[in-house]
Parts: sequence; structure tokens; C-alpha cells
Amino acid sequence: MRQAFIRELVELARKDERVMLLTGDLGYLALEPFMEEFPDRFLNCGVAEQNMVGVATGLADAGFIPFVYSIVTFATLRCFEFIRNGPVGHNLPVRIVGVGGGVEYGHNGPSHYGLEDVGALGLLDGMEIYCPLEAPHAAKVLRATYDRPAPIYYRLGKDEKARVTGQDFGFKVGAVDRINNGSDALLMTLGAYAVEGQQAVTELGSRASIAHWGVSSLIPFPTIEVEDALGRYPLIVTVEAHRPHGGLGSKVAEIAAAKGSSCRILRLGIDGFFGGTSGSQSYLYDQAGISPAKVAGTILGELGRV
Amino acid sequence: MRQVRSEAIRGTILRQSRRAHVGHIGSSLSIADIVTVLYGRVLQISAVTDPDRDRFILSKGHAVLAVYAALHELGILSKDALDTFCGDGTAVGMHPEAALPGIDFNSGSLGQGLSLGAGAALAARIQGSSRKTYVLMSDAELNEGAVWEAALFAAHQRLGNLIAIVDANGQQALGMTKDVMNTEPIMEKWLAFGWDAREVDGHDVEVLADTLLGLDASDGKPKVLIARTVFGKGVSYMEGQIKWHYWPMNEEEFANALQQVGDPREDAR
Repeated sequence: MRQAFIRELVELARKDERVMLLTGDLGYLALEPFMEEFPDRFLNCGVAEQNMVGVATGLADAGFIPFVYSIVTFATLRCFEFIRNGPVGHNLPVRIVGVGGGVEYGHNGPSHYGLEDVGALGLLDGMEIYCPLEAPHAAKVLRATYDRPAPIYYRLGKDEKARVTGQDFGFKVGAVDRINNGSDALLMTLGAYAVEGQQAVTELGSRASIAHWGVSSLIPFPTIEVEDALGRYPLIVTVEAHRPHGGLGSKVAEIAAAKGSSCRILRLGIDGFFGGTSGSQSYLYDQAGISPAKVAGTILGELGRV
Repeated sequence: MRQVRSEAIRGTILRQSRRAHVGHIGSSLSIADIVTVLYGRVLQISAVTDPDRDRFILSKGHAVLAVYAALHELGILSKDALDTFCGDGTAVGMHPEAALPGIDFNSGSLGQGLSLGAGAALAARIQGSSRKTYVLMSDAELNEGAVWEAALFAAHQRLGNLIAIVDANGQQALGMTKDVMNTEPIMEKWLAFGWDAREVDGHDVEVLADTLLGLDASDGKPKVLIARTVFGKGVSYMEGQIKWHYWPMNEEEFANALQQVGDPREDAR
């Protein structure tokens, strides 16, 4: 979805001179449209993510809206304290753009997995986090949020072609994206995992009536909708290509705890580092128990229908 | 002409450190003359909200009391506000916060200021502004790897409007820099990174002023002054002594120190 994101960024940059794009020397076959049209507002900062975020902070302080681009883990964890003390500490509109959440960089191995980004950045006061569901959605999310005053983290999937079918999503800050209706349980998925989530619902077929919500606006979180869901469903299953804590599942569980809800919350995600082994995303999802088939099986088990 | 005297800066450092009963005195005294020259003769600040004002980043944030003293001399920081230094609920803390008028950027975590300064300098160039960005670091801060990311970046982007000053007092928190993690030869490192580097006496206000005012921002090279300084400068029993990175003064030490720096004002206590 990075190509769709960058195409939209070019559109925005045509209208808004404050938009700049900085990269940590990544983005081959993605950033070129921006580089070619706005060479004066594009900067390859080299393989130096800490400095890149510091530079973006200085630019934002002078009125620019700098987008800082790298692979998820390098864009977030490598320069975490620069993000904390820079855009967050000064409340400046720097945009961190991380590509490849979860295990999308599968064969590249654990160094390239983005498993703690959302949890880490979610701790930062005032940081907003958006995780688009699919490529066309990424453009809509960007258009709706790019000039908000807060610092923002965008977590983008690598896949340009994957789609959540049968839907033409809008986007609203602080609202969920409703993908499927159902009554037995609510499946909530974070960002690009919506595609696999939909596959899990399809796999369940007539065996269970599952509502499916995609969450792209993680912060601000759709708290009111989740509070309502706690009273309507006996079971909420969250799935994210991230640690099962610190992200979507934790937010739902915290709301349930605060409400004293009796709704069962089952949080699924990716634990461990696969013992140093690597593989494709689908293989790793299966290993972590979050392949669509395994999520479907887990839901059936929870509903006592195995 | 603005009047900022280093005696007054040192006097305020001592009075406020004593009043608040806090340390970091030696680090602040180390940069007192540099700050005197910057705020008295170099920084162009028509108003603290002017977008085209020069920017100053104290990357070694723990010495900010010297900057508060200068802001006070210029009438930007009132006596009442200065007297909240290290109090409860104040923006006049031990490290700079941009919430305080006159402070451009937060700092406190070493090694981050030069990157912010590079961004500020780049923004000025893109916006066609002649404003300059000054970043004051310490020699021990050069331990931080991110400083060198910023050094590479600024040289590569030809940020001639970026001026760094290294407060080279040779000391750090637990010992002498040469013993903890040696950063010498400092000047050769900056030269190798593509900077215009020169060494000056960090306590000679005339040399500091002449050097800073003589820099040519249009030559496409970022500038760095290696300012050779003495930790605790101006108070004999503090000079070169590690303990004055931490210790507050007792009444006797304070009286002695105040006499040595020769700030005769009586209004400050």
C-alpha cells in the first residue's frame, strides 16, 4: 500500500507546500513519483534514522509537514527516543511512515519484523497511530489525516494488491471499519490483517455468525463503538500482526476491564521470534497461530463448536 | 546595544543554584562566556516569536541555567520567573523546555540537538531566510553516535547556516573525557566530516565574538568552534573538579564563589 500512499502524498504535496518526504535510504519503486516531482522537498537522509527524525523535528518546528519513511522497525524502534523528545515532546506534525508491519518481510528474518512498533509508539502521549486496511484505503487515511496537528505514525502493509472484498471503505478518525455483520462473536483486526481476518470469517462460513471490524484508527481509538460491542457480544477476538499485547487487543481488554464487562476477550498476535528461523508471512502466521484457518479454528473452539 | 556581561551570568548561576540548592554548577560556568557572547552580540532575536530570529539549541541541556541567566539579562525571563528555577510546576527546570518563551527546543538527552539544528537550518534555507542556527554541545556529548549522523548530514546538505560550538572542558559525569571515552582529536574529526572547524579559547569573549561574527554562512560548509573551556570556570575551587557536576554549594562556598566571580549586584537574593 506504500505506492498508493505515496501517490496520494504527491497529490497532497501539489496543493500543500508544507509537505516534505524524508527517507532513510529505502523506498525503491515506491518513492520515485514524489522524488521526481518535488526534488526540493525530498531528502534521502541516508541510513541514519535518528538524525532523520531530528531533522524532521527541526523542519516541522519551522512550519513543514515532514514524512519520515523507512521499514517499520527502523522507522520506529531505532529512533524511538528521538521521536519521543522531538515530535512528541514538541507536539509537532512529523509523520513516521513504517512499511511492513508484522512479519511481512518474512524471509528477511527477525531483524526486519515489526512486532513492537505499535505498542512502543502507542505509549507516547499525543501520538496518533493509523494502520490502513488495504492500498486504496491507505490513500483515504492519508488524505483525512495528513495535516492534523499531532505527530502521527502510519503503519503500512507492503502488499499493493491485497483487498478486503465487497467493501468500499470510507475512513473516519476514531471509528472502526465494519467489514461483516454477525451475532455470535466479534472479530477485530488491526490494519492490513483485515484481509486475513476476512478469510477467517469466510472459512467459518455458516458454522458461526461473526461480525468483523477492521481497526485503522488505533489512536484515537474507537472507544465508544467497542464499549457498545462489549454489551452485545459474548466474545471478542482481536488479531494483530504485532505482539498480542500493547496494541489492539490490549486496548479492547483495558476498556472491558474499566467497564467491568463480562465479555470474554481473546487476544491473538505474534509471540516469540520463531527461534531465529524465518519464512513467508503465511508460514509465520501459521506458526504464530494467526493464519486464517487457525483463527477460524480458535473462534470455533471458543464458541464450543469444534 | 544589548548588555550581557559574563560576571552577571556567573552571578545568576551561583545565586540560583544556591537558592534552589542544586548542582550542575560547573557545567553552567563552563559555558558562561560562550552564552554571554551568543546572547550579547551574536544571536539576532528581534522577538522570541519572530519566525526569522536566529535559533539556539543548548544540546547539553543540563547547563541551561547559564541560558536562563542570559534571557534574564535581556529582559525575556523575569526575575519572578527566574526565581522558580527547579521549583514545582515551573518551565524553568534543570533542562530546557520550549514551553518557556526564549527557549527554541527542548533538550536533556545528549546527542539530539545537532539533528534538530540541522533540520532548523535546512528549513531556513528552503524558506529563503537568512536566519542562522547555533547548537552548543559538550565534548563528552560527542560520545553519542547520533551526533555524527547529524555531522555527516549537515556537511552533505551544505548547511553553511548551521554553527555548532563544542564546549570542550574535558570532563564528563564520572571522570575526564580522555579517560571515559576519548573524543580527541576533536577538530580533526570535524574536519574529516567536512566541516569548517576551528579552535578558540572558550573564555575569551572578544575572540569568541570576532570568530562567530566572522563566519560566512554562504560558503556551504557547516561550522564548528571547538571552544577550549575550563569546567567550573571563575570559581577556583570548582575548576576541573568532577564533584561540581553534582554538588550544590553550602553558604560558605556560595559566599566565596560569589566574591570570586565579581558580580556586585545585590538584588538577586
